[in-house]
This record gives sequence, structure tokens and C-alpha cells, in this order.
Amino acid sequence: MRNKKKYQALLCGIIPGGGQIYNKQYSKAIFFSGAFILELIFTITFGANALIGLITLGSIPMVDNSMFMLVRGSLAIIVYALFTGLYILSLHDAYKIQQSIENGEEVGTNTREIIRKIWVNGFPYLISLPAYLLMSFVIIFPVLVTLFIAFTNYDLAHTPPANLIDWVGFENFFKLFIKSSFKSAFFDVLKWTLIWTFFSSTLSVSLGVFVAIIANQPWIKGQRFFRTIFLLPWAVPAFVTILTFSNMFNDSFGAINVQILPLINRIPFVEIAQIPWKTSANWTKVAMILIQTWLGFPYIYVMVTGVLQSIPGDLYEAARIDGAGAMKRFQKITLPMILFSTAPVMITQYTFNFNNFSMIYLFNQGGPGVVGGGAGSTDILISWVYKLTTSGKPDYALAAAVTLLISTGLIIASLLGFKYSNAFDKEDMM
Amino acid sequence: MASQKINKIIIQLATYCFLIGLSIIILYPLSIALLTAFQKGNTPAFYLDFSRELTLENFQILFFKEQYFIWFGNTLKIAVTTMVLQVAVVVLAGYAYSRYRFAGRKQTLLFFLLIQMIPSMAALTSFYVLATLLKVLDQWWFLTILYVGGGIPMNIWLMKGYFDTVPREIDESGRIDGAGHLRIFWQLILPLVRPMIAVQALWAFMGPFGDFLLAKFLLRSPGSLTLAVALQRYVTDQKNLQYGLFSAGSILIAIPIALLFFVLQKNFVSGLTAGGTKG
Repeated sequence: MRNKKKYQALLCGIIPGGGQIYNKQYSKAIFFSGAFILELIFTITFGANALIGLITLGSIPMVDNSMFMLVRGSLAIIVYALFTGLYILSLHDAYKIQQSIENGEEVGTNTREIIRKIWVNGFPYLISLPAYLLMSFVIIFPVLVTLFIAFTNYDLAHTPPANLIDWVGFENFFKLFIKSSFKSAFFDVLKWTLIWTFFSSTLSVSLGVFVAIIANQPWIKGQRFFRTIFLLPWAVPAFVTILTFSNMFNDSFGAINVQILPLINRIPFVEIAQIPWKTSANWTKVAMILIQTWLGFPYIYVMVTGVLQSIPGDLYEAARIDGAGAMKRFQKITLPMILFSTAPVMITQYTFNFNNFSMIYLFNQGGPGVVGGGAGSTDILISWVYKLTTSGKPDYALAAAVTLLISTGLIIASLLGFKYSNAFDKEDMM
Repeated sequence: MASQKINKIIIQLATYCFLIGLSIIILYPLSIALLTAFQKGNTPAFYLDFSRELTLENFQILFFKEQYFIWFGNTLKIAVTTMVLQVAVVVLAGYAYSRYRFAGRKQTLLFFLLIQMIPSMAALTSFYVLATLLKVLDQWWFLTILYVGGGIPMNIWLMKGYFDTVPREIDESGRIDGAGHLRIFWQLILPLVRPMIAVQALWAFMGPFGDFLLAKFLLRSPGSLTLAVALQRYVTDQKNLQYGLFSAGSILIAIPIALLFFVLQKNFVSGLTAGGTKG
């Protein structure tokens, strides 16, 4: 008989706050029904129109701004999601309280008692709330908008307020995979993006690990001095260093061709001709990978240095007593230790470089030359997206479609990566 | 025996050569950037060339003819606010994820991890339209909120990882002594994660100084610009390139960052590494 009460509370909960009234927790009831009244007001003043606007995207040019409608609709969806969360919470609460009553626990009906209970039981949610709210609007909102734009025809010919935007389904994705100019551009850019990501990240990680191991040998004097210098590339804002490098690699005035190569050529029998760093796509690629290595290794270096210093000395001592040589000790202790504890950081190096816009854009604007579809010969996906949105003939919808593809690819890759490195499984063992 | 000793000397010599060589490779470009700042004229120092006259002219122009102090103030305001808010939000959430087991915890953690894979470029159009809609273009606080929110997922992970290294026994002993949620958090655990707080504070502070993309979209009037955006204009306007001003202005960015670095330094390296060692 008693068992039924939980479900009766749930049933009452269909009316917001009803479940709480059933439980005689009136202050909670006021809160939840208040939230519902707010939701109604929101629907009347903003929500309903916003959702309808999201579906129609406007019908009269100059009056209806399709982009505003799309953004308003996205905002409304997020707000409704939050309200729905509250509603589910109220149902959950009605059910749980009855369950507690069933188990003979004291639930309390006066306001102070209720607030105390919420504070004790809901503490982790309460302190995470600011983070959730911020993320809903700063991260989820733009993702939602991008998702929507990818299925519209938002480009130069369809720019509000003079023109309307319409839903076009999967057309942008077809464009990417079928229309020849975009298709070839997409696969060229994707190929270079993958090559770029692999080499720039792998070199940064390898150099970082290598330098950390070399510089941490106990007999080296001036470790502090070297450490300070090796940290510098990380401490100076990247846009400054990239632009300096861009000048240094200038074909006719730059330091590499004017100062470094002549210096190297002084070595007998060495004769290196001037290198077209900025005018040959392949040399631009080489230069960018080298520069990114320079920029990226310090971070790995600091991480690995920390790990090396935290490996207990007696571990090596024990290995030495057991007769393990220097090479063996490195193989069996140092390397696994480094890989185990910095794997997540190293994976983020790859995702970072996959999206490393500053490097590509500031060094040579994705040039020299073009591969079609508005992309330059050294553009990676993300800098292509930027060009698609900011060029004289912007195609925002296509840019959004590319972004979606990038995101999906990255998410799948990193899911696999994290699964493989067990970074996530390890998490709950602490 | 003797050959072994020679071997050892050779290895040591090679190691030092490597370290010194790498130091030169690092310092060389940085000194070129420095040189550009102190040179006369608008052309950059393409290579190390000490024959040219050195001058403070670039700094004088920045200070007295341009709005450098205003840009600096704008950036500082945004950077400090971002730092304070982000650290506060992340510390709270990180603590919740480390110390409590609640419904949805694992799913949201995975979600944080994956959501940050979506390139922030996706947000440019959305935020620009939103800012136009809300009429908050040129408003520093709008940009600040975006900076704060953008860094949250990754930082919660790092912060949570660091909280995980603080032994549970400390909470337990606090609970036995009758301390509530807040007291355990504030008085017992928080002081122990100072290193990670220091690292994240520095990161959050550095962000606005280096971002020229989002800020360029949202800040339009000259008086509201941040340093990165303002300085960027000197090297993107092909008709009026001002490398000297760009370098001089950029070098000064290092000052507030270095100051904060030294203030936080005691905690710094241990915090960075510990954040990295815990997934």
C-alpha cells in the first residue's frame, strides 16, 4: 500500500510543484512552480517566437533577420533545456522524498530544514552550477548555432538583413564531398592537416622529452639557467614569435637566407643555395613544422621534467642492485613513467596542432598559392574555415559544415586515443 | 679504463654542446624581435644586425601618440577579471568532481573532455551575431565571460586531477572533527591545491594577452581594443606596416606576465607537473 505513494507523488509532479505539495514541502513547491511560471513568461515574451523563427528563418527580407532568428532560437533551446532540467529535478525530488518517508527517514517540511538538506545532499551540484551555466552559454550555444548553420545556405548571396537564409538540408556536405572544386580542396587540406598535426606534434613531444632527459642528468651544471631559457618560447605570446619567424624566413631579407645559410656555407665543402621559404609550398611546410617544434617543446619539457624529478631515487637504486644497466633502467623505469603520466598531455598536443590557427595564418596566411575552394596550399582545415568566413566571398554555411566534420573527427579520434591510453579508466581508481 | 673516461668526457661535451646549441636556437629569434623594437623605422629586423642605430622612438610613439596605455588597461582589466572568475568557478567544480560521487558525474567528465575538441573558431560567427543582437559589441565584460567559459572544461579536468592527489584522510579527519562541507573545502583542502591554482591563474591571465581572434571580432572601436588586437593592426595593414611599434608593444606584454610569474613562482613548477601527472 505504502509503495504506491512514490508513484502518486510522481503523478502529482506532472503539475510543476505538485509533487512537493503532495509531500507537504511547500517551500520547494513554491520554488518549482515559480520556475514554471517563469518558463511560461519566457515562452510568451521570447521563447515561442524564437522557436517558430528558428523553423521558418523569416519570410520578409529587411524585416526578418534570419541570422538573429537562428541565434534567438538557439538561445531559447538552451533556456528550455535548463527549464526541462528543473522539471525533471522536481519529479526526481518528489519521488525520492517519498522513498525516504517510506524508509522511515525524517524529511522535514519547514523551510530551514529543507535548505539544510539541500545544502548537505546537493553540495557537489551547487558548487558546479556556475560552471554548468557558463558552459551552456559559452560552449554549447555556439556549437548549437554552428550545427544549425551547417544545414542552411548562409553565404554572401544570403546575407541578412537584405536576404533571407533557408534550410537546405545536407547540401553543404554534398558540396564538400561531391562538387569537384571543393572536394579536391577538402581532401588536399585534410591531407596536409594530418601531415602537419603528426609531424609538428610528434617533433615537439620528442624534442621535449629528449631535452628533459638530457638536461636532468645530475652532473649538468647550470640546470636552472638552461631551464629558464627553455621556458622562454612558451612564455612569450605566440603571435609575436610567429611573426618574427615569418620575417626571419623571408626569401630575400630573412635571417635564415641572409645570415644562417651564409654562416653554414663557410664550412668547407658545404654549399647550400638560398631556400624559397615563402614561395614554395613545400618549404613553407618544412619551416612551419620546425617553428612549431620550437614553440611546442617547452611545454612538454616542463611536464616531463616534473615527472623525472618525482621518480623516487630508490627505484633506480633497486634496479642497479639487480644488475640493470643504464639503458635497461631507462627502458624499464624512465620511459614508462614518462609515457604513463604525460600521455593525456601529449594527446592534447595533437588536438591543439590540428586546430593551430595562429601558426598557419600568421606565418604565411596559408600561402603560397591556392588549391581551390578558397584554400591556400598550406592551409589546414581550421585556417580554411577562417578564410571561408572572413574572405570577400564568405561561405559561412560551408565553414560550419567543415567545422562539424573537424569536430566529429576529433571527438572520435580522441575517444579512441583516451581509451587506448586508459587515461579515463584510470580516473576512478584514485 | 682510460678509454672509458674519454668516452665519458665526450658524452658530457656533446651534451653541453647540445644544450648550448638549443639555447642559441631559442635566443636568436627572440633577440631579433627585441632588436626590431629598438630600431629606427618601420621595417622589421630581418636578422641580427647591430650596425643600425638603436632608439626608444617606438616606445615614445606608442606611449604619447597612440593609445597604448588605454589598450594596456583594457587588457589588464579583462585578464584580471578572467583570472579571478575562472579560478573561482574551476576550483569549485573541480572540487565537486574530485570529492563527490554524484549522478551524471562520469558522463559530464567525458563530456568536458570531448567538448573542448570542438575548435573555438566555430564560436566566432555565433558570438559576433549574439553580440550584435544584444548590442554588446565593444563591451569588455562580454568578452571576459567568453574567456572565462571557454577555458572551463579543460581546467576542471586539471583541477580535479590535482584535488585527487590530496589524500582523502584529510577530509575524513575534518569530518570527524565535525567540519561541514564548506569548512573542509575552504580550510583544509584549498590551501593544499595552491600550486594548481597558481598555474591556472597564470594561464587565465595570459590568455587575453595572446588572443587576437575572438577579440578582433567583438571589439571594434579603437578605444576598446585589447593589446593583441591593437598591435596586430600594425602588421596586417599592408599599406602601413609598423613592425617597430608592433615589436615594442609586444615586448612590454612580457612585463605583467613576468611579474605574475614571479609572484606565483614558488608554486609554479610543482603545480604544472602535478597537473600533468594526473590524467
